[in-house]
Amino acid sequence: MAQQTILQKLEILADAAKYDASCASSGTAKKNSLGGKGIGSTEGMGICHAYAPDGRCISLLKILLTNHCVFDCHYCVNRKSSNVARARFTPQEVVDLTLAFYRRNYIEGLFLSSGIVKNSNHTMEQIVEVARILREEHDFRGYIHLKTIPEADPEIVHQAGLYADRVSINVELPTDSGLTRLAPDKDARQIEGAMGKVKSDLVEAKDARKRFKHAPRFAPAGQSTQMIVGADAATDADIVGKASRLYDNFRLRRVYYSAFSPIPDASAVLPLKRPPLIREHRLYQSDWLMRFYGYKPADVMQATEADGNLPLDIDPKLAWALKFREAFPVDVNRASKEQLLRVPGLGVKAVGKILASRRHRNLRLDDVALLTQSITKVRPFICTVDWRPITLTDRADLRSLLAPKSEQLELFAA
Amino acid sequence: MTALQHVKLGTYYVVHLPEADDFDFWRERARALAQCDVPPDRIAWVEPGGSGDLFAHGERRMPVPPMDAKPVRANRRFVSLAKNAILHSDPERFALLYRLLWRLQSNPRMMEDKADLDVRRVEELDKNVRRDSHKMHAFVRFRLVESEDEEVGEHYVAWFEPEHHILRANAGFFMRRFANMRWSILTPRGSLHWDTKTMSEGPPAQRSDAPGGDPMEDLWRKYYASIFNPARLKIGAMLKEMPKKYWKNMPEAALIPDLIAGAQGREAKMVEKGALEFEERPDTLSAIDKAIHACRKCPIGQLDNHAVMGEGPQDAALMIVGEQPGDQEDQVGRPFVGPAGQLLDAHLEKVGIDRRAAYVTNAVKHFKYVQRGKRRLHQNPGAKEIDTCRWWIESERAIVKPKLVLAMGASAARGMLGKTVSISNVRGAPIPLEDGSELWVTAHPSYLLRLDGPAREEQARLFDADLAAVRERLEELS
Repeated sequence: MAQQTILQKLEILADAAKYDASCASSGTAKKNSLGGKGIGSTEGMGICHAYAPDGRCISLLKILLTNHCVFDCHYCVNRKSSNVARARFTPQEVVDLTLAFYRRNYIEGLFLSSGIVKNSNHTMEQIVEVARILREEHDFRGYIHLKTIPEADPEIVHQAGLYADRVSINVELPTDSGLTRLAPDKDARQIEGAMGKVKSDLVEAKDARKRFKHAPRFAPAGQSTQMIVGADAATDADIVGKASRLYDNFRLRRVYYSAFSPIPDASAVLPLKRPPLIREHRLYQSDWLMRFYGYKPADVMQATEADGNLPLDIDPKLAWALKFREAFPVDVNRASKEQLLRVPGLGVKAVGKILASRRHRNLRLDDVALLTQSITKVRPFICTVDWRPITLTDRADLRSLLAPKSEQLELFAA
Repeated sequence: MTALQHVKLGTYYVVHLPEADDFDFWRERARALAQCDVPPDRIAWVEPGGSGDLFAHGERRMPVPPMDAKPVRANRRFVSLAKNAILHSDPERFALLYRLLWRLQSNPRMMEDKADLDVRRVEELDKNVRRDSHKMHAFVRFRLVESEDEEVGEHYVAWFEPEHHILRANAGFFMRRFANMRWSILTPRGSLHWDTKTMSEGPPAQRSDAPGGDPMEDLWRKYYASIFNPARLKIGAMLKEMPKKYWKNMPEAALIPDLIAGAQGREAKMVEKGALEFEERPDTLSAIDKAIHACRKCPIGQLDNHAVMGEGPQDAALMIVGEQPGDQEDQVGRPFVGPAGQLLDAHLEKVGIDRRAAYVTNAVKHFKYVQRGKRRLHQNPGAKEIDTCRWWIESERAIVKPKLVLAMGASAARGMLGKTVSISNVRGAPIPLEDGSELWVTAHPSYLLRLDGPAREEQARLFDADLAAVRERLEELS
């Protein structure tokens, strides 16, 4: 076969990387290139340099070093038995591409992952080599996210953390049985063991920096993971439970959900219909409820329907509120922050504004309308000086009143 | 006593700002005016290029605050909002800020009242400016200009059209990011130049002053097109974060219409090519029999052959799985009737397993071959073909529900496990299956047919040992 050009390799290896959901470049240590030899800065907030028509942000150059793989995971387009075109970058090629893109302000940095070639250690060493050249030879101070391989030697994974802003290990599937079935070469215990090791490295490095100013940083943007939704039989309740355990046990920054989507050359063991994209969205919403709204995993599970899944037509917060109507209406002039955060339609910012404004005036419904996105959504669940939802909260058809209307139009579309 | 002594009643003041984004100048003038108690509606603020003629008769000399004037108070929240809001392109911004400052003097906590219209407006201005700055950080695209002068080296130039007066305020961001790179950002409101040591400002520029392209953009466009997943189109989400007004200066945006148009087609092709749409699982053996005859989901189904269904009791405790039908099986339409089948029968009888009590089937339902003259030569099925056919073997298993499955050969084992295993590693011990049954793996009888001499004897002995272990295990289970 003729030698592939960089353009051809990029096409194959970016295409192969697109099933990874994460592209975040936020939450790392602040750094810039003043006084250095190279380029690059991270100032806390992530930057999305472009958006693709799939609505996803393009922040990092997200590629695989190679899509050759000795593993045979059914949901993965790069599995050994798949018929896709294969390509392989050298570490230097990835470095050159990253710097050329960064100089033109296309990207915030690099997100590098790889298929397993030869063995796990060899692959991990190659990934680390890319980061080493960028950091040491080019004094690159942009964002680097490295995917680590659970089967690799912990010493090499540790090295990755010293160069990278973030490291991640994918748990892949929400249940162990799903993993055994769909990723026969992977082992749930090994994945969690590797995440545990990264967590202790993170804690240790943080501790060292408290005592020694120049102790090396270790993945200042922490670790994250990803789960594929809809490839096995796990319900939303299972997934939320798993995610909250992962947050607790491994101090993850983020759990990403990726709705299983049809991949070229898929294996026949997979369910062949894709789950609705909205399911992924509902899971992210529940993730937000747990991280910013003070919901416990048990609260989110209470919002699921009989089949253990979150309703698709309404968001999980509204679903919870409709199930626990006795908690409403909430008086916006008196209620605590925790109570206000439970009101469907009130976000963290709106609650902050209400708490600040009510020191100055007794809020009327019109005032609340100025502070929120949609007063119709909020109205059934609150009281103000001039408003009381006397019968609204108890109406049996409240759900249909509040659910987005577009669903109903589809009746006629068909 | 009061400031009124220094202010002519009814005077209309006009303040001309030297720059549209000059916060310090505004602050100094606003402070003086507030100390002199000049109400907001008596001041006109005019920025460069603004409509100053309307106020030609206004008083341009600033009033002098009295010695005993009270200091003007402003809290930190107000100052931070004002510094951003002043960059907005709304000509009313200076008056709004002065009105807020004026009202703050009597109500120092006013900024907390988020329901107040002025507070809301200034927060909106602040938000718009922050968004514009953020989009500038994101969407500026540098293009490389190679200089002939060796000393100067590479120079990166960008053309950008910000909505507000944010250029100067964002110089620091690009300086910190590209400290060791020579770059210029040209905009219709002015330009910035960094030479790795000092920043300088230049006059407003035009698009034609910036370079028209960069070879690297081909790679970037290829990346943009490849990272996009056509299976999930969310155009609204893209437009919300990357409105069309920015597209004209982004090399990748030209691809968007085609990517969207091609997406549905690409997904359909992906589904057709890879993930096959199977319908509901058939729930009877005769339904499977009918369906496999129509199955064309892999290339084997396209050959000139007939599907061969498994046979045996529907409640058999033992399921025997081979690789695929051979030439004779294909003609007769029954599994294991050719030479390998006869050998299997002999060994089963030897160890005491009744073939008629077992359900006998294959991992792949059609005969894969290559034509050589009149003969059809057997070909091993590929991993993907076996995986595709798992749908049928799993359907059969779901109906027969055997307690024990005996997979003969690597293809059969893959059909059961979904991964390739080595027979010598896994033979002789049960492998638990998800539904609680167990799998035993052994060699395929056709393997024995290809051997002779001591090697064949050795393999035949191993084969018998496996079959005997299966028989014993079956007796334990029943």
